[in-house]
Amino acid sequence: MYRYDTIDRALVRERVAQFRDQTRRFLDGEMSEDEFRHLRLRNGLYIQTHAPMLRVAIPYGLLSSAQLRTLASIARRYDRGYGHFTTRQNLQYNWPRLEQVPDILAELAEVEMHAIQTSGNCIRNTTSDHLAGVAADELEDPRPWCEIIRQWSTFHPEFTYLPRKFKIAVTGSPDQDRAATLVHDIGVHIVKGADGERGFRILAGGGLGRTPVIGQVIREFLPRRHLLSYLEAVLRVYNREGRRDNIHKARIKILVRSLGLEEFTRRVEREWQLIKDGRLELEESEVERMRGFFRPPAYRSLPDIEPAAGKHAAFRAWYRYNTVAHKVSGYRAVYISLKKPGVAPGDATDAQLDLIADLADRCSFGEARVTHTQNLVLADVEQGEAFELWRALDEAHLATPNIGTLTDMICCPGLDFCSLANAGSIDVAKLINERFDDYDYMYDLGEIEVKMSGCMNACGHHHVGNIGILGVDKSGEEWYQITIGGAAGAKAALGSVIGPSVPKHEVAESIARLLEVYVDRRREDERFVDTVRRLGVKPFKERVYAATAVA
Amino acid sequence: MPRRLWRDGAIVADDWHVTSDGELSDDEALILTFAEWQAERERWLARSGRLGVVLAPADEVERLVPDLARLDLAGADFPGPSEGRGYTQARLLRERFGFTGELRARGAIRRDQVFFLARCGFNSFELPDSELQGAAEALSSFSAAYQPSNDLGLKTKLTRS
Repeated sequence: MYRYDTIDRALVRERVAQFRDQTRRFLDGEMSEDEFRHLRLRNGLYIQTHAPMLRVAIPYGLLSSAQLRTLASIARRYDRGYGHFTTRQNLQYNWPRLEQVPDILAELAEVEMHAIQTSGNCIRNTTSDHLAGVAADELEDPRPWCEIIRQWSTFHPEFTYLPRKFKIAVTGSPDQDRAATLVHDIGVHIVKGADGERGFRILAGGGLGRTPVIGQVIREFLPRRHLLSYLEAVLRVYNREGRRDNIHKARIKILVRSLGLEEFTRRVEREWQLIKDGRLELEESEVERMRGFFRPPAYRSLPDIEPAAGKHAAFRAWYRYNTVAHKVSGYRAVYISLKKPGVAPGDATDAQLDLIADLADRCSFGEARVTHTQNLVLADVEQGEAFELWRALDEAHLATPNIGTLTDMICCPGLDFCSLANAGSIDVAKLINERFDDYDYMYDLGEIEVKMSGCMNACGHHHVGNIGILGVDKSGEEWYQITIGGAAGAKAALGSVIGPSVPKHEVAESIARLLEVYVDRRREDERFVDTVRRLGVKPFKERVYAATAVA
Repeated sequence: MPRRLWRDGAIVADDWHVTSDGELSDDEALILTFAEWQAERERWLARSGRLGVVLAPADEVERLVPDLARLDLAGADFPGPSEGRGYTQARLLRERFGFTGELRARGAIRRDQVFFLARCGFNSFELPDSELQGAAEALSSFSAAYQPSNDLGLKTKLTRS
C-alpha cells in the first residue's frame, strides 16, 4: 500500500496543528459557530444528534493492520468501543468529544491517517474497488491512480469551497464496477483505447441524494498522462458554473442536466485544451513510482484446493458466500461480514478491529479493505488457511454467511445517530433480520441487494438497491417508501417506487410479499432484480398492497 | 484611521479608496466593482489615479481581460463563507491572463482561508483587524503542496518535493 514520505507526514501533522488551533479559537470564543463549521467539516467533524461525529478517511478503502489497531484504540479510548464503516469506505466515530478531536487526529497521523476533506463542499475521499489488485476481471489495478487523485485533491487550493461536495470513484473492472462509479460526481474507468493503449473513460454527473442520476460518459478515452488536467478542467467548470443559490441544486449532476451533456462536455473540453499540456501532465516515471506501492505481495506458488470438502455445513456455507475467487491460484478473497443480525450494519467493535488486524497479519499480508457495502475484506488468503480463519472470525461474530444475500443490507446510521435523518434505519434492519432468519430461504433467494437510507440524502444508496427502503417523516412518525429494480454496478439503474409508504412494522412483511412474487414468478436462476426488470413493478405492487395485506 | 489590510507579508494601511468613501480627488487610487466599472468605463479611464476592479463571484473573469493592462489592482469578492468562485478567478487572472498587479481578496474571508487564497495568487487580504495578526502564521500553515498552482501570494513556491 502507499506509504507516506516525509512530505506526506509533514502535511498531515501541519493539518493537525492547524485544526488544533482552530478548535482552540472556537472554544475560546474567538470564532463564531458558523465560521468554525466550515473548518471542522473539512476535517470530517459533524455536530450530530448526540455528540460530534468524526469521519476518518480510508483512502480507497485500504487499511494496514497497524491502522486497524489505531482505529480500535481510538474507539476504545475516545469513543464507546466501536466504529461504523460507511458506503464511502470510511469509518465514523459517533461519540468523540469536540475538544479531544485534535488528539484523535494526532494519533491517526502517526499511522498515516487523517480526516481531511471527509465532509464539506470539497473533493472527498476517492473510492475504489475493494477487490483491486486481486480480481481476475481487472484490466489494471486502480489504486495507484486513486493515490495520484488523492494527492492532487488534498488541499487543492482552488477547489476547497465548491458549490457542493464532490465524489470521485475509480474502477479497473468497468464491466463489473464494484465501486459504484455510475453514482459518483466523476467516475473513472480504466479502459483500453483503440490502439491498445490504456487510459480512462470519464463519466460525470452521477449521484444519489434527492435527485438520483446515473452518470454519463463525457469522454470515451483519455490518455493516461492527462488524468489530472482533465479532472481539473471538470472541477473548474463546476466551481465556476455550479449553482450556489440552492443547496439541493448544487451538485454537478444538476449542472450537467441544465447545460445538457453536450454543452457541459464542450465546456470541459474547452477548458482542458487550455491546461492539458501544463504542469499537471503526469510523467510515466511518477505513475511507475506509484505502482511500486501496490505491487502484488509475495504469493506462494500453490494449487487451487477445495477446502470446504468434508468440513461441516456452517463452514461450507461461509466459504461459498463469504469468499470469492482470486486471480492467483491457491488464494481466495475473504469477506468479513459486518452484517450480523442484531448489530447495526457496518459497525465493528474495538476488539473485533484488533482481531481483524491480527488475522490480516497472520493470513493476508497485513492488509484489509473496506467495501462500499460496509463489510471488510481480507484479500489474499491462502485457501488452506480458510478453515482456521473462519473459526477465528466465527468466534468473534464476524462470519455471518450472508455476503450478497438479503441480510447483507447497506444501511445508513439513521435517526439513531444522524441529525439529518427522518427515520430509523438500524431498527428496520433488525426487523428484517428477525423476519428472515431462515438461511435456507435466504440462500434460495440468491443474490439480492437491500439498501436503506433514513432520509433522502441517500447515504444508504436506496435508489440503487434491488430493494430500496427510504425513511420518511409522516407527521412525526417513521414511514418507509419502498423501491424495487434498482441496481449498482456496471448496469446501474434507479429503482421504481412501488406505492405509498408503509409504517415501520409493515416493512418486513412488505419485503416478504415482494419476495413471494419473485419466488412464484422467477425463471430458473433468474435473480430478483432480473425478474423485476422482466415483469415490471405491477405484480409486486399488487401483492404488497393487496386488500388482505398486512395485519 | 485608514483601513488596514494584509499585503505582501505585512500589515499595511490601505492606500486604495472605494466609491462609497465620498468625494475623491482625481489622482487617488480607486477600486470599483465590476458593475461600476462597466457602467461608466470611460469616466474611470479618464482619471489620472490608479484603478482597480473587484469581481463579484458571478462575473466572468474573461470580460475584464481587455482592461487588465489599465488596472493596478484586481480582486475577488467573497460575499459568504462558502463562496469559492474567487479562487478560480484568481488563478485565471494570474496563470492564464498574466496579471501581475495587486490581487485582492475581500469579503467574508478569515485567516483560515488565506493560505489557499495565496496559493491561487491573491497577495492582499482585507481581513478584520482581529485577524490580521494571525495572517503570517496562517500563510505558513503548510510547508509543501501536492498540486501545482501559482503561489504568488506566498513567499516561496510550494512543491511536492
